[in-house]
Amino acid sequence: MVPEIGQLALILALLLAVVQGTLPMIGAQRGIIAWMALSRPLAAGQFLFVAIAFLCLALSFLASDFSVLNVASNSNSQLPAHYRVAATWGSHEGSMLLWVLMLSLWMQAVSIFSQSLPREMLARVLSVMGLVSVGFLLFLLLTSNPFERLSPPAAEGNDLNPLLQDPGMVAHPPMLYMGYVGFSVAFAFAIAALLGGRLDATWARWSRPWTTAAWCFLTLGILIGSWWAYNELGWGGWWFWDPVENASFMPWLVGTALVHSLAVTEKRGAFKGWTVLLAICAFSLSLLGTFLVRSGVLTSVHAFATDPERGLFILVFLAIVIGGALVLFAVRAPQVGGGGRFATISRESFLLVNNVLLIVAAGSVLLGTLYPLALDALSGGQTKISVGPPYFEAVFVPLMSPLVFLMGVGPVARWKQATLPELWTLLRWAFAVSLVCAVLVPLIAGGGSWGLRLGLFLAFWIFAATVVSARERIRNFRGALLERLAMQPRAWWGMILAHLGVAVFVVGVTVVGTYETERDVRMAIGDTVEMGGHTFRFDGTTAVTGPNYRAARGTVTVLRDGREMLTLHPEKRTYNASGMAMTEAAIATGLLGDLYVSLGEPIDARSWSVRVYHKPFVTWIWAGCVLMAFGGLLALTDRRYRLRSTQPQPGAALASPA
Amino acid sequence: MKARHKRGLLIAAGVVALAVAAGLVLSAFQKNLVFFFTPSQVVAREVPVGKPFRIGGMVAERSLQRQPDGLTVRFLVTDTVKSVPVVYTGILPDLFKEGQGVVAQGKVGEDGVFIATEVLAKHDENYMPPEAAHAVEQAQNAQKTLISN
Repeated sequence: MVPEIGQLALILALLLAVVQGTLPMIGAQRGIIAWMALSRPLAAGQFLFVAIAFLCLALSFLASDFSVLNVASNSNSQLPAHYRVAATWGSHEGSMLLWVLMLSLWMQAVSIFSQSLPREMLARVLSVMGLVSVGFLLFLLLTSNPFERLSPPAAEGNDLNPLLQDPGMVAHPPMLYMGYVGFSVAFAFAIAALLGGRLDATWARWSRPWTTAAWCFLTLGILIGSWWAYNELGWGGWWFWDPVENASFMPWLVGTALVHSLAVTEKRGAFKGWTVLLAICAFSLSLLGTFLVRSGVLTSVHAFATDPERGLFILVFLAIVIGGALVLFAVRAPQVGGGGRFATISRESFLLVNNVLLIVAAGSVLLGTLYPLALDALSGGQTKISVGPPYFEAVFVPLMSPLVFLMGVGPVARWKQATLPELWTLLRWAFAVSLVCAVLVPLIAGGGSWGLRLGLFLAFWIFAATVVSARERIRNFRGALLERLAMQPRAWWGMILAHLGVAVFVVGVTVVGTYETERDVRMAIGDTVEMGGHTFRFDGTTAVTGPNYRAARGTVTVLRDGREMLTLHPEKRTYNASGMAMTEAAIATGLLGDLYVSLGEPIDARSWSVRVYHKPFVTWIWAGCVLMAFGGLLALTDRRYRLRSTQPQPGAALASPA
Repeated sequence: MKARHKRGLLIAAGVVALAVAAGLVLSAFQKNLVFFFTPSQVVAREVPVGKPFRIGGMVAERSLQRQPDGLTVRFLVTDTVKSVPVVYTGILPDLFKEGQGVVAQGKVGEDGVFIATEVLAKHDENYMPPEAAHAVEQAQNAQKTLISN
């Protein structure tokens, strides 16, 4: 009964979405107030029905109703309850339902928080989102019905892929989808503005908090995914340049560019057309990411099934959305008009360079991700190639280094016109200090390459230049230092935190890349191995039984200067339902580095192959991402977004930063 | 006039920077492409010498041998027609099994032994790496053609 209710709720949501995608839009074009007014109740109704559908699926999973195909294929009665709930979005069908749930959630949020928008604008925004929703609901109902029954019911389920049985996996998809789908709001605002011909600073201010919110979620989603890979895949890496990771990284790069170009549009009225184009691109790449991951073109942990029908559906949908948006842009953009003028050296041009670099970076990821697929398809499967991490590393260092360097300069430069001598005067000490630190630290720590020096220089440079920009900012305020800092708007603090987050991230990536050590060794009971100033002693394994698996549980004692510091318990699990083997690494996390041990295979009765890593500063990578996301959240709570008026506040341009 | 010159210079600089970036991306791309070959192609010496590439196929039944150091393994990758000996030092992925699909990256030596630097993991019990499936299909098609001729 429950699955049928869910199915019905989905169909009702689809009907509401169809109405929402058409009537308010026509109403806005023709000035029919009653039709426009429909958009908000329709959004609420859609949210209600999609939420009911999602709840029904979650209940089926929780009750282990194996008469539902989706539950039988992705759950098991032995699976712990929290993973049964997470299994709701562990399958293809469930994750698409989560996509739609997120979309209706964003729609509901827009309808609640954007009531101060002009009636036409709100109607158009919600209508565009309604159309996107129609596409995805149709996709669900026609090709990936999550409520399909299995007759006769299965006696026991197949179990959730053991790789997905991890706390990181519970949080990763919802966060990532909140980010992906969140860009649909920026997209809807852009389309609504193009339709209405209203593309100005006010539009940018409406659109900005939504974009920042989506960007924060996407940052967190990618972060959790990376952390999961580090913990669960047992290879000790945090980023593999896997096509599926790239699929989420491309919208992030374009989204980052969008966040910055919206700042220029809001403050200076410049970059209007460009900003709209970026909003379209960010959402298109989110859709492309969904297509790549869900259609089965890519085979990995994310691709659940290869089904050409699904792939074709998403491809057609993609073509309609991207093609339609770009055609509208081409027709309407010339009427939008230019924006404020600015000089060659100004904050605007630094932000322009930022945008160009981010887009080139996104383009290079796109090339590396799609080219092997395109070649495979064009050659009829005769030519198969792969593009691995060396390509992306070779491209990213030279592209990101100038970007990170400009992060120090941009916030200090004036809008409209700045001069190089003035910038040099402001930043010369920051430059000198970071240069000296970048040379000294490797000398003290020992070893080090040019890559390490470059990375450290850039990280110190952001720290130092951020201090300079803070000093410049509070110069004209009165009071004690802390008071003056506290006076600054939250949006400014958000920017500072996010930029410092990049510095922390760069430190992590550089140090772990230079100083990490890894060894695969054969260890008998009592054997030791030295690494990173620690001694690892293998004390054998014991057999343990988990809720739905059996495991060999190793004991590795870590000693420092002959004293026992801690004990690690890596496991080699075998899951009952699937018989699948899984390596569960044991990680001792620390501020200055992680110790990481995973079990390979038993070699004989007394010895195992063991993989031991020392990963200095690896936690900084994730700490940096958390800082970036937190910076974004702080900027979201800025006062000026809560102002009800649609008119720019006098002085707002002075008091708020980019 | 001066402002116009400046703007022109800016645009020129932008175009040059983009060209450099594009050149960089493309050259890195060219250098780091890894091609895929089937065991039959490796045996027929159709593969680049001294350059890394990928092979895929099935791990032949009862071919897995562990060397005395406990870490180096030797196995045969087969496309059911021809097979290539592969040597790898390190810990194999969880789902590596005889009779299952596998993809390995590395170089082939003079003696025809493939020295793998990386053995790719599968994520799921039922999942066959597409490259491995492709290799088997190619080999079997080739054989059928031979027989029918």
